[in-house]
Amino acid sequence: MSRVVVVGGGPAGMAAARAAGAAGVEVLLVDSGARLGGQYHRQDSRAGTERFTLPSGVEYLGDSVVWALEPVAGGHRVHVRTGPADGPGRTGRSVDTPALVLATGAYDRALPFPGWDLPGVFTAGAAQALAKGQGVRVGERVLLAGTGPFLLPVARSLLDVGARVVGVLEAGEPVTGWLARPGGLLAGTGKLGELAGHAALLARHRVPYRRRTAVVEAHGTDRVEAVTAARLNPDWTVVPGSSRRVEVDAVCVGFGFTPQLELAVAARCALAGGFVAVDVAQATSVRGVFAAGELTGIGGAELSAAEGTIAGASAARLLGARPAPPVRALRKARTGRRFAAALDAAHPVRDGWRSWLREDTLVCRCEEVPYGELCAAAREREAYGGRSLKLVTRAGLGPCQGRICGRAVAELTGIQDAAATFARRPIAAPLRLGELAEDPGPQPEAL
Amino acid sequence: MVSPDIVVVGAGVIGAACAEALSASGLKVTVLDRAGIAGGTTAAGEGNVLVSDKAPGPELELARASRRRWPDLLAALREELGPTLAEAEWEAKGGLVVATTEEAAAPLAHFAAAQRAVGISADELTPEAAAQLEPHLTRGVTAAVHYPEDAQLQPVLAATTLLAAVRARGGEVRAGTAARGVTRDAAGRVSGVRTDDGTLACRAVVNACGPWAGSFAARAGAPITVLPRRGMILVTGPLPAGTVRRKVYDADYVGAVASSDADLQTSTVVESTRAGTVLIGSSRERVGFDETVRVDVLRELARKAVALFPVLAGVPVMRAYGGFRPYAPDHLPVIGADPRLPGLWHATGHEGAGIGLAAATGRLLADLYTGAVPEVDPEPFRVDRPAVIEGERAA
Repeated sequence: MSRVVVVGGGPAGMAAARAAGAAGVEVLLVDSGARLGGQYHRQDSRAGTERFTLPSGVEYLGDSVVWALEPVAGGHRVHVRTGPADGPGRTGRSVDTPALVLATGAYDRALPFPGWDLPGVFTAGAAQALAKGQGVRVGERVLLAGTGPFLLPVARSLLDVGARVVGVLEAGEPVTGWLARPGGLLAGTGKLGELAGHAALLARHRVPYRRRTAVVEAHGTDRVEAVTAARLNPDWTVVPGSSRRVEVDAVCVGFGFTPQLELAVAARCALAGGFVAVDVAQATSVRGVFAAGELTGIGGAELSAAEGTIAGASAARLLGARPAPPVRALRKARTGRRFAAALDAAHPVRDGWRSWLREDTLVCRCEEVPYGELCAAAREREAYGGRSLKLVTRAGLGPCQGRICGRAVAELTGIQDAAATFARRPIAAPLRLGELAEDPGPQPEAL
Repeated sequence: MVSPDIVVVGAGVIGAACAEALSASGLKVTVLDRAGIAGGTTAAGEGNVLVSDKAPGPELELARASRRRWPDLLAALREELGPTLAEAEWEAKGGLVVATTEEAAAPLAHFAAAQRAVGISADELTPEAAAQLEPHLTRGVTAAVHYPEDAQLQPVLAATTLLAAVRARGGEVRAGTAARGVTRDAAGRVSGVRTDDGTLACRAVVNACGPWAGSFAARAGAPITVLPRRGMILVTGPLPAGTVRRKVYDADYVGAVASSDADLQTSTVVESTRAGTVLIGSSRERVGFDETVRVDVLRELARKAVALFPVLAGVPVMRAYGGFRPYAPDHLPVIGADPRLPGLWHATGHEGAGIGLAAATGRLLADLYTGAVPEVDPEPFRVDRPAVIEGERAA
């Protein structure tokens, strides 16, 4: 039977599955998490109850990764493995679908700095996932640094699990940024209320919030013992004489987000500005493939859910259903995008971060490629194309395949198209050779 | 600006080797590539420098000459450029070809005997001796031949090293400059290369566009038949040293290289790299320039690799990548002057062996260009053989 396949169980994916289900079509929702909700609604994996419900007609497949996507006549074949990522005995399944919704979200963007490879340095998202998902605090004295409003809810999650948050350092000057776009600001009144709530909580816990300040170095031998925090100029170079040492046992950094593009790139969806390009119906450039949520632009959970609703309805329509136009979601998506654009403009990453690096600062941690070697190899061998750069420097060739370092490598060496260079991965998620070799069994589940 | 003597179109390993050899002869060389350097077929290669996979004949002679030349060339470049810039991860690690069925054992022995007759080191081993060379190899080996001459290098490092030498000798490498065709003088000889930035005057042009060589030749007005054959490679995560020690491949590889009858062939080649990862190749698909990845092709590669090295079943696959190999209908490289258009030269059609054959190809082309006596007989690779210039008309 024909059905919609949704990849991703966060706000966008859940909304897409619900909308398609409500339109009366069968849905398969595939998510890598053990529970629904994604990063935003990260559920405590120890809790006994499931917070989210899905309509009947939606089959939910948790703990499942889509490791490959290939075109077939009339749609796409989705190759799935189900089971704990590190354990043996995952099972395989291949499903053909004429209507695929990609809602794979985004992950933290990290910038390299001296000492960022020490244990005790986390991305803000990883720290939050540990706190919300498992009740684990990454440290006793924790400092948050980066840019963007996401640092606030992370601070809150850390406080919730009993960590002492010694400060939130915002590298940018968000007030100035917001004032430049009053229209976008007003578009996000709901979101601002949420942020104000976080800010009030931080104030109650006397957590200092510092603007134009960043962690520019982490110190320690076996793990982080302290960091250097410094005031930043508007271009993010360090204000001379402003550095001070802060004793911490963990530091969490987040400089916005990078969309999880592998599957969209595998499906050959057109990109714009590093995100998947979609039309008003959330359709990508590829027929039968829709995208929703952070994959199409960073705008938060509410916007993601609105886009998911639209995408789910569009996918159902492709299968012959006749859902009513999702007017509310369309309106929400319009205002949400204005807010997202304002947010993006208010929290740019400035080039001055490069001045934090030293010759021996690792840029690619998997392959241990230091900044000096990266630039020297690219320059001396004139390897400025993405593919040759990777093979000459080894940057981005390790287990993370450039997910963490790709954007930094691209910026440091002048590669224009970071998304195409680092997101083109025919095998979109790691799997064992034995799993790949497995007999696929009878024909894939039909279109 | 002083015009170059000769323009090489294509900055892959073949173009780089031609440019290096020509510049070593004192010629002023400019290399053009429409994209980045060494980013096409070269970046998708495993870095094979093999004699083991070739039956006696002209390609084996070219391969032997190249196998001799690579280490000498890299040693000379180390003197010229310094150790960092001349690093190409050369490893004379040897190859091990195994048969895993009773039927494949006799053809492998026969193949190796023919190679020995022309002077290749091809040592037949008992399955026990093969297991000593490769402790993790399947116990299902029925015959094995050790080829100590097989070697490996990292293709992008090799190409960029060669191009660095070209620059060091006053040549130029222009990435991001597409060659659109050639200009001719009153006598009908090549007088320049047309690019988007204008015409670059020169006395000769080398077409080293790999699988796209047919397209450039047609634009130059002297069409040749060179077709793409797609290949995919799997890369594992880093493994403990010694898991796979040599290039190990199944004897069915020999059949696949020479054959042209199936649209998809896979034959197992398993080898470790200096970075600790294991490369698993390789497939051969005739799908034009289609880049769509087929999961059944990846599965077949994985299946055969696990059959050869059962220990690999639990190893993570980190990535897969693909590329296009250039081949002429008669499966021989095309190296030499185009008799139809004075000043146009070709160096392409090396199929899956371009990395290995590059060193001798560059030398051969430079010798032919300067009038020196070539080490390898150029006749079998000449441009005006029917398969190369009449195949175009047939196609």
